[in-house]
Amino acid sequence: MSAIEIKDLSFIYSKGTPYQKQALKDVDLSVEEGTVLGVVGATGSGKSTLIQHLNGLIRIQDKKRGSVVVNGLDASKRKERARLRFEVGMVFQYPEYQLFEDTVAKDVAFGPKNMKLSKEEIDLRVRRALELVGLNYEGFAERSPFDLSGGEKRRVAIAGVIAMQPKVLVLDEPVAGLDPVGRRELLDLIGRLRREVSPTVLIVSHNMDDIASVADRVIALKDGEIVADGTPKQIFGDRALVESIGLEVPPAKRVADMLEERGIQLPPQIIDMDELEEALAALLKQKEGIADEAQTAEATCAEEGDMRSQDDSCAVCRKTPDEEGEDV
Amino acid sequence: MFKDVAFGQYYPTRSPVHRLDARVKLLLTLAYVVGMFFIKSYFGFILMAALLVFTVIVARLPILSVLRSVRGVMLIVLITAILNLFLVKDGEVLVHWRFITITSNGVHLTIKMVLRLVLLISGASLLSLTTTPVEIADGLESLMSPLKLIKVPVRDIAMIMSIALRFIPTLFEETNKLIAAQKARGAAFDSGSLFARIRAMVSVLIPLIVNSFRRADELAFAMDARCYNATDKRTKYKRMTLRFADLIAALLVLGTIVVVLLDRYYFASVGIYMDKLIFGGLV
Ligand SMILES: Nc1ncnc2c1ncn2[C@@H]1O[C@H](COP(=O)(O)OP(=O)(O)O)[C@@H](O)[C@H]1O
Ligand SMILES: [Mg+2]
Repeated sequence: MSAIEIKDLSFIYSKGTPYQKQALKDVDLSVEEGTVLGVVGATGSGKSTLIQHLNGLIRIQDKKRGSVVVNGLDASKRKERARLRFEVGMVFQYPEYQLFEDTVAKDVAFGPKNMKLSKEEIDLRVRRALELVGLNYEGFAERSPFDLSGGEKRRVAIAGVIAMQPKVLVLDEPVAGLDPVGRRELLDLIGRLRREVSPTVLIVSHNMDDIASVADRVIALKDGEIVADGTPKQIFGDRALVESIGLEVPPAKRVADMLEERGIQLPPQIIDMDELEEALAALLKQKEGIADEAQTAEATCAEEGDMRSQDDSCAVCRKTPDEEGEDV
Repeated sequence: MFKDVAFGQYYPTRSPVHRLDARVKLLLTLAYVVGMFFIKSYFGFILMAALLVFTVIVARLPILSVLRSVRGVMLIVLITAILNLFLVKDGEVLVHWRFITITSNGVHLTIKMVLRLVLLISGASLLSLTTTPVEIADGLESLMSPLKLIKVPVRDIAMIMSIALRFIPTLFEETNKLIAAQKARGAAFDSGSLFARIRAMVSVLIPLIVNSFRRADELAFAMDARCYNATDKRTKYKRMTLRFADLIAALLVLGTIVVVLLDRYYFASVGIYMDKLIFGGLV
């Protein structure tokens, strides 16, 4: 069953003024339940406009043509749109700036309260949501959200959405502004949320590396149109495609390409660092084997020199992938 | 939506009128508005209206964009007009029915009043349609600079004004984002009980205020780090210079106003003669 069904969706901002801007153009999209879908595209390509149609925050402009249906709820119908709000949980960019209550527990309870749940149910959900995002309930419930660290605030904000237990979770640039450790933790959290709360997840990002590691499927937007749709490997492995969308390939792919340029054969479509590491390790083992068999001292020496240079690049890419990619 | 606010009514067409010096436009608009109160004859109104239409054409503005600003005050204009029509009692009686008396003077005064208000508002809106708020602020700063002599902190006022202008769109954008984010959590802005609505408002206002303080703090810090100092002589990134076109514009507007003044004080008979010629027996 498909969780999201979008047909012929177009949207124009400030229609009929000099500032008119077509943000979406005939978008067709169908997402199976249980998918983690990455939505990529340059700034201004229409990602945010697209996702805000999913919970009815943006109304469908041309109802005769376009349609948005999520888990059987039709966004063009007023009653169903009201239910969509809770069916689709939306975590906006920098969600920590939307906290407003004086305690963490109250803030997380805002959504469930608006759902008019019973008091017991609300308490239960708040507790569960906080634990899910990795914040100890006893330790955080009564603290002021304004006294927390940036990463903790973001977790509280996400808990506020999770507490509504949406079937579809949409995150707009969820890791923007986090350090590498925070990034990793948040991406792991998304995996956990998908297993425990929201089977279908949409992640919007213009950072290919994040998407490459969590998404099952990726769509790419350019000027309001879907220009590519496939697995992360298909999309990010294709440098020409990624660059035509106005984005950069993931660092691992950049390193792999550079190695290949220097005549080192790697398996095709390497897009994340772990894969690259494995491939290089395998290659080294293979070379060692060849070197053992080699009889002449000359050959061994040449191989060793070759090997050292590979080993170096491997060590470098493991430690500072970004620098390696940019310096060379 | 925030773009509408960001540029006020600004309507970008890159016309010669848009390129005029903001100070000149400010002063000429002021002159136009003041001149409007000296009009006596229909002839004067025709002159001022012609000037307005000419400017609109040169500025390549759609006439609708000018009328839109009039629409906002149309109700007030109409109410004043109707009161005027019934309250003026002198002159030739045209209609007399029960307690209602309409006189010829009443009709003329009313028509002139409506013309005056409509031209006034259209004229003022031309300024904001062809000048960005930042240009207006810069222009005001430059015009106010003589006040420095009497120790008015013009530079500080100007900086406050430009910062405020700069952040209006940011605040709007942020408000929209917060409304969207809280709506996504089921906040009821336009349905539900009064209590629920207030809660929804609070959920937007509190973060808006908290974020504004944070931003003000960051901005102050950034300005400090760049050695911002309001007392030293600062230069402008965009310098305003008077050009030939500014002279032409000034001559055109001031010339029209001079004719209006002459019409009122020296050649009153000419204006009235023209009125008779144009409107025949109606006047
Ligand atoms: N509220 C708005 N009013 C006018 N134009 C907008 C508004 N929001 C977005 N846009 C424009 O629509 C286009 C798509 O924006 P958006 O969906 O936010 O892109 P993305 O999220 O991919 O950066 C951009 O060109 C943007 O400038
Ligand atoms: Mg966006």
